[in-house]
Amino acid sequence: MTSFSKIARATAAAALVLGMAWQAQAAEPKKGGTLTLLTSQVPRHFNPAVQSGTATGRPGTQIFATLLRFDEGWEPQPYLAESWSWSDDNLSMTVKLRAGARFHDGHPITSKDVRFSIETVKANHPFKTMFGAVESVETPDDLTAVIKLSQPHPALELAMSSALLPIIPEHIYAKLEEGQSAKNHPMNATPVGSGPFKFVEYKQGEYIVLERNDDYFLPGLPYLDRIVYKIVRDSSQRVITMEQGEADFYTEVESINIRRLEKADNLIVSDHGGEAIGPITWLAFNTKRAPFDNPKVRQAIAYAVDRNFIIKALQRGVSKAATGPIAPSSPFYSADVETYDIDLDKANALLDEAGLKPNGDGIRLAASIDYLPALPEQQKNIAEYLKPQLKKIGIDLTVRNAPDFPTWAKRVSGHDFDMTMDLVFNWGDPVIGVHRTYICDNIIKGVIWSNTQQYCNPKVDAALEMAGKEPDLAKRKALYAEFQKTVAQDLPIYWLDVVPYTHVHSKKLVNPPLGIWADMHPLDKVGFAE
Amino acid sequence: MHIASVLIRRLLNAVGLLAAVLVLCFTLIHLAPGDPAEVIAGEMGGATQEMMAEIRAQYGLDQPFHVQLFSYLGNVAQGDLGFSFYFDRPVTELIIDRLGATLLLVVSALLLAIFLGTFLGVVAARNPNGLISHFVTVLALFGYAAPVFWTAIILLILFASVIPIFPASGGMYDITGPDDPLSRILDIAHHMVLPVITLSTIYLAFYSRLARASMLDVLGSDYIRTARAKGLAEVVVVYKHALRNAVLPVVTFAGLQFAQLMSGAVLVEAVYSWPGLGTLAFESLLRRDTPTLLGILFFSSMVVIVANLLTDIAYRLIDPRIRSGAK
Repeated sequence: MTSFSKIARATAAAALVLGMAWQAQAAEPKKGGTLTLLTSQVPRHFNPAVQSGTATGRPGTQIFATLLRFDEGWEPQPYLAESWSWSDDNLSMTVKLRAGARFHDGHPITSKDVRFSIETVKANHPFKTMFGAVESVETPDDLTAVIKLSQPHPALELAMSSALLPIIPEHIYAKLEEGQSAKNHPMNATPVGSGPFKFVEYKQGEYIVLERNDDYFLPGLPYLDRIVYKIVRDSSQRVITMEQGEADFYTEVESINIRRLEKADNLIVSDHGGEAIGPITWLAFNTKRAPFDNPKVRQAIAYAVDRNFIIKALQRGVSKAATGPIAPSSPFYSADVETYDIDLDKANALLDEAGLKPNGDGIRLAASIDYLPALPEQQKNIAEYLKPQLKKIGIDLTVRNAPDFPTWAKRVSGHDFDMTMDLVFNWGDPVIGVHRTYICDNIIKGVIWSNTQQYCNPKVDAALEMAGKEPDLAKRKALYAEFQKTVAQDLPIYWLDVVPYTHVHSKKLVNPPLGIWADMHPLDKVGFAE
Repeated sequence: MHIASVLIRRLLNAVGLLAAVLVLCFTLIHLAPGDPAEVIAGEMGGATQEMMAEIRAQYGLDQPFHVQLFSYLGNVAQGDLGFSFYFDRPVTELIIDRLGATLLLVVSALLLAIFLGTFLGVVAARNPNGLISHFVTVLALFGYAAPVFWTAIILLILFASVIPIFPASGGMYDITGPDDPLSRILDIAHHMVLPVITLSTIYLAFYSRLARASMLDVLGSDYIRTARAKGLAEVVVVYKHALRNAVLPVVTFAGLQFAQLMSGAVLVEAVYSWPGLGTLAFESLLRRDTPTLLGILFFSSMVVIVANLLTDIAYRLIDPRIRSGAK
């Protein structure tokens, strides 16, 4: 090697090191600026303690701080809680609050607010499994809360993050006048929390404005002065808005728009982030209605569906396969399940075994399919694809349109369907978002996103109950693996793909929210480059 | 007939009309499957049966249909439009918030359509086989044929993306912009251009055709020949003598079509995120928010009734024959 090339290499290496140092420096955003986020959803109000869903959760996680926050590797980090510890029997958790933390109105945050928040969520939030195991919350002093459990509850830490357990001020939300409840408390619309941003204004259906909390309990944060959520209902308008640089962050991009946004010079498209949300598109069967009460018929349909075609062609290759009830991004995901790769011969054989013989026209049975009237490329298009596809195995499928959500919800929650396309979220821990779809207890007529398949297998119930209270992570994973294998065999639902939780953000943005909860996470470290 | 007696008769008609609109719409909405409790449960990601029952009881949805209908009508008679199931706010407050934006959009579009349409029609009529006349015919065909939402999206792509001179994110103003009154007004004007043009296309086409036909008719009449024979300048003949007669059908239709314009606004507002009643109506329908939806229909009916009344008055001012001869 000549000395010249040595020097060149050394220079290149130095430049590389310098470059990295410069990059590390650039990761510190400048102070100030307004972050504009796009959303299609119109929130009812901003108190996630009594309202689930991302419409409330996104601004809610900026206004209300939680006890814990999760990093990108699913590890809990201190937030309002300075530290927390489990008792040896895993039946109580002691939380030490950060001293000096205050609500936006100046009131100090105490353990009594923690107790009040847990009680409010337990009584009002639809996810009953989150705090169902909490027996009481003791408050030995202002900064210590002891959460007592009736059984070990490993999902508790996740349930203490994001939009799931906002710490709400007792002195405000405990005050109820005649005819008021926590669910319609007037302060839900003009919330007071302790998060990095304060509520300023909500123009119904138009925009939400939050401003920097100067008294935030984490020193030096947040970087931004202001957050504006712009509500834009039309998807092509959202795409143009991002391309024109009129907004900085947009999530839940429709798969048809991802490739287009990738071409924009001012934007970065990222498919990581939001791993805890786990939105799965699936085909659900009414397991109480013949012939779908026969697992062989359900399996036959699964063998006839080409999941690969759905992902590659209908989703433009941007979504990932879902092979079971738990999203692949979850630590509890198990790939050891029957995946029902397309096999029409097997499908036909299974239908023969089930006694469904083809008539003169080759038709074995007539059935209908419903779909959730949202995200057409994940719902309607797949339902339309299934019609000719299932014809191949002699199923004459009728696609039943629903003009809007209440129409569809009425049919499915009333158990008046053969098959339906659906989209359901994992919500972090399986206890929160997965159990509800499969346990016998949750077959509740008239309630959407309960166990509307009416699937009931005592073995699955037992495995889920064990898994829900197993403190040992390895054992817990094993129980969930067993659960996944069993339901994939029984197949009350055939899982298709994970809706890409794709984020598009401006190149100027530093530390974009790409953790497991995506933008349902405090945006206190987000800012703009110099 | 005296104008006051016209007003009184109109008002009595209006009350009956409003009651009929409310009863009909109330029934129609109840026929749609699903109720607000299901929507709220859906957006919560699930619920328990107790929660559903609690929501239904809170809004009186557990009552029989006729009880709900009469209690609603009774409240409206007392001036109370009720409480939104979904937005947890009084309906009147929600509507007042939005009415201004819709009126701004609809009235601007209507005025643009009337004035530009009449002008184009008159110009076309003066030379029925000329270039402008053909242009008006093509424009009219296009305006009729193109669906409003399509025009809206195409204009948005053209003038917010290909040639980005108008805001892409829509809305009425940019909340992140400066907030002194002058900048705000200019910003609103800037945001208004595309929605107003979109909404006016159909009517622009219609009025230009109408004005053209009516003008051709009038220009052929005897008194115009007389005016020309007097040696009056052509501009005076056309714009002073002929236009006053030719514009009557335009005014009639403007009043009649105000209702259609309101419904066209729903689509335009949806595409441009214009914060008007249309967007609110759409959201309320999807959520089976009956009080809000009925409130909007109530207000829109009132607006249409007032618009028709104003048309009548305008008509009387323009055409003296109606003032005396309608006995």
